[in-house]
Amino acid sequence: MTSEEAPAARDVAVVAFAQTDHRRSTAESSEVEMLMPVLHDVLAQTGLKTADIGFTCSGSSDYLAGRAFSFTMALDGVGAWPPVSESHVEMDGAWALYEAWTKLLTGDADTALVYSYGKCSPGSVRDVLTRQLDPYYVAPLWPDSIALAALQAQALIDAGHTDEPALAAVGARSRADAAANPHAQLKGRQPQGDYVVRPLRTGDCPPVGDGAAAVILAAGERARELCARPAWIRGIDHRIEAHGLGVRDLTDSPSARLAAEKAGVFERPVDTAELHAPFSAQEVILRRALRLGDDVRVNPSGGALAANPVMAAGLIRIGEAATRIHRGTSDRALAHATSGPCLQQNLVAVLEGDPR
Amino acid sequence: MPEVLQAPLVVEFPFTRSLGPVQSAFLTGLRERVVLGVRTGDGRTLVPPVEYDPVTAEEIRDLVEVAPTGTVTTWAWNHEPRRGQPLDAPFAWVLVRLDGADTALLHALDAPGPDAVHTGMRVRIRWAGERTGAITDIACFEPYDGPAAQPGDHTGEFAAPLTGIVAPARLDYTYSPGRAQSAYIHALSQQRTVGERCPSCRKVYVPPRGACPTCGLATAEQVEVGPRGTVTTFCIVNIKAKNLDIEVPYVYAHIALDGADLALHARIGGIPYDQVRMGLRVEPVWTEGARFPDHYRPTGEPDADYETYKELL
Repeated sequence: MTSEEAPAARDVAVVAFAQTDHRRSTAESSEVEMLMPVLHDVLAQTGLKTADIGFTCSGSSDYLAGRAFSFTMALDGVGAWPPVSESHVEMDGAWALYEAWTKLLTGDADTALVYSYGKCSPGSVRDVLTRQLDPYYVAPLWPDSIALAALQAQALIDAGHTDEPALAAVGARSRADAAANPHAQLKGRQPQGDYVVRPLRTGDCPPVGDGAAAVILAAGERARELCARPAWIRGIDHRIEAHGLGVRDLTDSPSARLAAEKAGVFERPVDTAELHAPFSAQEVILRRALRLGDDVRVNPSGGALAANPVMAAGLIRIGEAATRIHRGTSDRALAHATSGPCLQQNLVAVLEGDPR
Repeated sequence: MPEVLQAPLVVEFPFTRSLGPVQSAFLTGLRERVVLGVRTGDGRTLVPPVEYDPVTAEEIRDLVEVAPTGTVTTWAWNHEPRRGQPLDAPFAWVLVRLDGADTALLHALDAPGPDAVHTGMRVRIRWAGERTGAITDIACFEPYDGPAAQPGDHTGEFAAPLTGIVAPARLDYTYSPGRAQSAYIHALSQQRTVGERCPSCRKVYVPPRGACPTCGLATAEQVEVGPRGTVTTFCIVNIKAKNLDIEVPYVYAHIALDGADLALHARIGGIPYDQVRMGLRVEPVWTEGARFPDHYRPTGEPDADYETYKELL
């Protein structure tokens, strides 16, 4: 660097968010058919046309679709001709949003469209997710996603941090809150059900479903033109832990805590937290790791226990948090996304509205 | 709207993976009923072993044998085993810290029921009868209340070390092509080709995917195209594909069906491969009971003028 000061970082905000109604199956729609109404929704909210978007980034998984390069089909929905600046992550759309955020920070673009989608219905998501595990020592045993979450839940119970009734209460609260969410898949009172993999019961596990989400980001004054109260991204960071489950302390989430610290979560209290905790025990872990007090509104949308379209559920957390800022029901919100078994990877963002 | 189409789709691969020195020693050790860990710079023993220290990222190679007995650090009762899992009867998933190790290994525990399992319980390895050098050489763990086994002092040097493993993977899907492609496939079964027109740019896409890639808009208006069309470009295939009963060389071509704004691709037959050309007029050839044209053949019409298809190349 020269003696000249670096230019101030640009402010980047979420200015629009849309999601599908999440459902057990959308067999009547292809991925792009499921996604398009959501893309049109965010564009309509901002008045932008696809040609106006500076950068497009998406998140999805070929393993859910059962097809290589499946995301290229979805590109038909964004109008990729004439050529657009585009990228894709084979992850939850929250990580696509991270990439788009850095793109906007560089000044290469003023607006970005971020979308993600997951159709879990064509396959068995419990089996599909085994393919992200260590291929030498773990994947050959086919431990499914619920089994691994159950190991984590039992460790948490043994450590004295929760018990089965407390876990059931997390699920019940989530689905009660989801009653006010028109997009949620499971809402209102639901039976706690039998053990799926003990100690986790049906009510501790997310519904399997299909869905999509989209967000528009804009930088600086452009954000104020597009949205009455932009949800400014004050910080965002993501961290990962060792892939070896037996190396990690499954009762804690040091990567979520570190991401939160780097994103600036602990500088001032937040009033809302949208946590991507597909299993009830994971909410308990995240509340502790992120130091969320009882005064913080956690998952008013119902969270992933009410709708968990894999690859979109994390982006939806950011969108839900942003929407509360847009509406003025939150001033400073935390949004969290996870990926991998037992909260292996965590992304944390802090969103703020302008002072009122 | 016609019934949504569905079909089974199986994705299956035998993943062939090479092993580094540490993984090779560990998996070869399992074949020989020896469990090896790796020692980190700060003196911890990791089982299963990794090649790089998860804390410092330093390369680690210091192999050390641990005992086949250990302690359950957490567990989960799996009353409904799934395909590929270690045991067919209900079992517990366990993380086990083997005696001499500082980290835990994931595997299955054979126990009569959840009441027989608890964190802190003592277990030992049950070896598979036939061992090949894989994590499944440990058939499972079983309850064990004897004294801790003493680990040997194996160095990790084996006479015939493994250099790779084959890890088969299979996932089963039920594929649904969605609304637009279902309509296309339904029409094909009646020997008709149906595209969809973009409401904005008016282009007709074949096969339709439900979206105009230029405008990013949903397409819905169905338009019957063809059956005749024009070869816009082609290639000559000289390599015989596995399980494909077509003699080489043959011609694979892009064909702009009359009324379509996008070329689809198909095989050209009924003409020597070296006489296929851009502008050749072709028509589909259906075989009995087929759900799509077997190939396209020349119609005998004069070739199309380049100006009529240059936008579709």
